[in-house]
Amino acid sequence: MNPDEIRLVILDILASIAPDEDLSNLDDDVAFREQMELDSMDFLDIVMELRKRYRVQIPEDEYIQLGTMSSTVEYLVPMLRDVQSLA
Amino acid sequence: MPDRPPDRERIVITGIGLTSPNGNCLQDFRASLLAGQSGVVPFNTRYMGEVLAGVCNFDELKYQKRKEVRRGTRAGSISVYCANEAVADSGIDWEQTDRSRVGVYIGTTEHGNVETENEIYEISQFDYDTSVWSHHHNPRTVANNPPGEVTLNMGITGPHLALGAACAAGNAGLIQAVQMLRLNEVDLAIAGGVSESIHTFGIFASFQSQGALARHEDPTKACRPFDLDRSGIVVAEGGGLCTLERLPDAIARNATIYGEIVGYAMNSDASDFVLPNSNRQAECVGLALKRAGLAPSDIDIVSSHATATGQGDIEEAAALRKAFGDESRPVINNTKSFIGHAMGAAGALELLGNLPAFDDGIAHATINLDRPDPECALSQVVANEPRDLGNVNCILNNSFGMLGINSVVIVKKYV
Repeated sequence: MNPDEIRLVILDILASIAPDEDLSNLDDDVAFREQMELDSMDFLDIVMELRKRYRVQIPEDEYIQLGTMSSTVEYLVPMLRDVQSLA
Repeated sequence: MPDRPPDRERIVITGIGLTSPNGNCLQDFRASLLAGQSGVVPFNTRYMGEVLAGVCNFDELKYQKRKEVRRGTRAGSISVYCANEAVADSGIDWEQTDRSRVGVYIGTTEHGNVETENEIYEISQFDYDTSVWSHHHNPRTVANNPPGEVTLNMGITGPHLALGAACAAGNAGLIQAVQMLRLNEVDLAIAGGVSESIHTFGIFASFQSQGALARHEDPTKACRPFDLDRSGIVVAEGGGLCTLERLPDAIARNATIYGEIVGYAMNSDASDFVLPNSNRQAECVGLALKRAGLAPSDIDIVSSHATATGQGDIEEAAALRKAFGDESRPVINNTKSFIGHAMGAAGALELLGNLPAFDDGIAHATINLDRPDPECALSQVVANEPRDLGNVNCILNNSFGMLGINSVVIVKKYV
């Protein structure tokens, strides 16, 4: 997957975790938590969904990389480079 | 006969919220019960395929955001819906209510099976890799999840408790509320019972293995208490919660009073894991009558527990003959014949569906009673069609459960 495809995956995950949120104006460089109602359990859902969908294991001390859309995509690019997009 | 308790110890029902397979508010539920409208339908359950069940269709999003529904449980959503409906129905000024003085007491038959089954199924899709087991599992499966979700949703900071009491739980929730109000632990209680049980395949499979799961080509005829052709239980989901207050508080705010809980009792069979015991059931009825200061002949309607199992119905019929004799009153009806067995919600729903009889004087029926079983002989059963009693003053509600837990609640018309 390329960065654009990974971004779409993250958006899809966010839409399932936070179904009441309008994600159309998400700012990729602002922390998710500053733009949406996301608590620590929701945040773990992002980690869990990546684990389920792509068998990506994210160490706990690297969760900080998932703070914004930009940092998340950047972090996941090497992990998902060889994964075929489902889109 | 005991003296009437002081008014501060008199507990009244002032608001009702419910969801049943045949109605999502008291008015619709009552109308279905009077019209003979069943709520039993074919239902697909994991591994077993099609079974019969009582399924609710209330609007989860009326009081919850989609995220709350996703985060919580079905029992939680049922509880949140019923609690909000009850408070709205009560007319209480909720914004001005001291929510640290509100208690939530919800009876459940079981809780956690649904989520556990879901998670085991989920990890089976990942070769049983437990790293995909949800972090939501524990908060969803703790026993206090249903009342806990109510407190989160409604900002209630008083106590909340789940009362685990098998199928006696609906009454148990109400009884706990009465006790806590009398102890002045709370000023307002939201209480009753809920069930999400149709979403666990295990309850169907266990009843099937026990030879106690109802089957019928016409789902609406599957649940047949006291009938010779009864074949077992139809599992249902649902919820019934009330607001309960001390009488002076209800009068002070000019509340609508649905009835007064004048008597209750709980006891244990101490005889078998699953088979009920008519002697203990009759004792439970007798204790509730004694506490209420009522004679058996004072009761107008007995809302029976009968689940349409072979031995269960025989035992309850025997208990009712012991407690009431074979007189023309009280009349006996049964709600499960319409909606199936709503487990933790059963006791509450079955009581609430009868309360409008205080106004209309009608006992709703027991449907599907085409060939009365002589072993369940009860001359007072209201078979198939509602009966106009003219005036109804006292309703006695039976609710019994596995491990031999019995509960009885008596509600009297408030005049």
